[in-house]
Amino acid sequence: MRWIWIDKFVGFRSGESAVAVKNVTLAEEHLHDHFPGFPVMPETLCIEAMAQTAGILVGEAKNFEEKVILAKIKKAVFFDYVKPGDTIELHAKIDSITPEAAGTSGKIMRSDKLIAEIDLMFSHIDQNLAGKKFPEENFVFTGTLESLLRDVLLSGASSIKEETEQH
Amino acid sequence: MDITISREEIFEKVKDVLVDALGVDDEEIKPEATLMRDLGAESIDFLDIVFRLEKAFEIKVPREELFPADNILNSSELVSDGKLTEKGLAELRERLPHTDLTAFEKNPDVNKLGDLFTVGAIVNFIDNKINTN
Repeated sequence: MRWIWIDKFVGFRSGESAVAVKNVTLAEEHLHDHFPGFPVMPETLCIEAMAQTAGILVGEAKNFEEKVILAKIKKAVFFDYVKPGDTIELHAKIDSITPEAAGTSGKIMRSDKLIAEIDLMFSHIDQNLAGKKFPEENFVFTGTLESLLRDVLLSGASSIKEETEQH
Repeated sequence: MDITISREEIFEKVKDVLVDALGVDDEEIKPEATLMRDLGAESIDFLDIVFRLEKAFEIKVPREELFPADNILNSSELVSDGKLTEKGLAELRERLPHTDLTAFEKNPDVNKLGDLFTVGAIVNFIDNKINTN
């Protein structure tokens, strides 16, 4: 399984906000076990998808010079299930950013319906743990995720989604 | 800022911040409660608290002003044998003007540094920041 829980970015404002899309499909094997006869996207993976959206936003804000790691789930409240066939939009916004860390707030939407509110904190690991080595998979930002961003930046899609639509 | 906020109001806002940041109950937030030992704060929580304080009081809160321990702990001049040196204590006094250090000075064990960060110390810090500027 590839650990990527967003399909593409459709909006990106450097240092401010990002919007990613995820299409949920029954081809995802875990949905057949979660749960048999009642497939729903695990809420933990919704949080992971938000962490990837917001983590890339945070990493890009510092030109990916910092390793970004999810440090804290400040809030995760769910209002509805995410089911196969759903297209969800993940809206992430940077609330605060310092040399050591960043705080983000986010919403998951399905069309106009609010599915979840997820607020996160990311640590800039080089600033906090002075050279300590961590396995690559700990980081939000890896090469594969970087390529997701390339498309949106090349297409100039940052203007597609205006901030007013998001919150 | 020309509007002063009473210490009670500051305490109430600080309480809301800590309840949200640390997932603790209202009644656990007392002025003498320590952030780490009593309220279970971890290192990333300190930044979360700083971000939330900035929002709640609409001020800038440099982390090293409110929680300066990190910088001190990394210096061999300021820490020796697990205890703060005279110089380290002087540095701490200077960096934490809003904190009462009398008890800590008797045994300046670095492991006890965490106990200095109390709810009351945050209230003092915000009070100084808002009401003396």
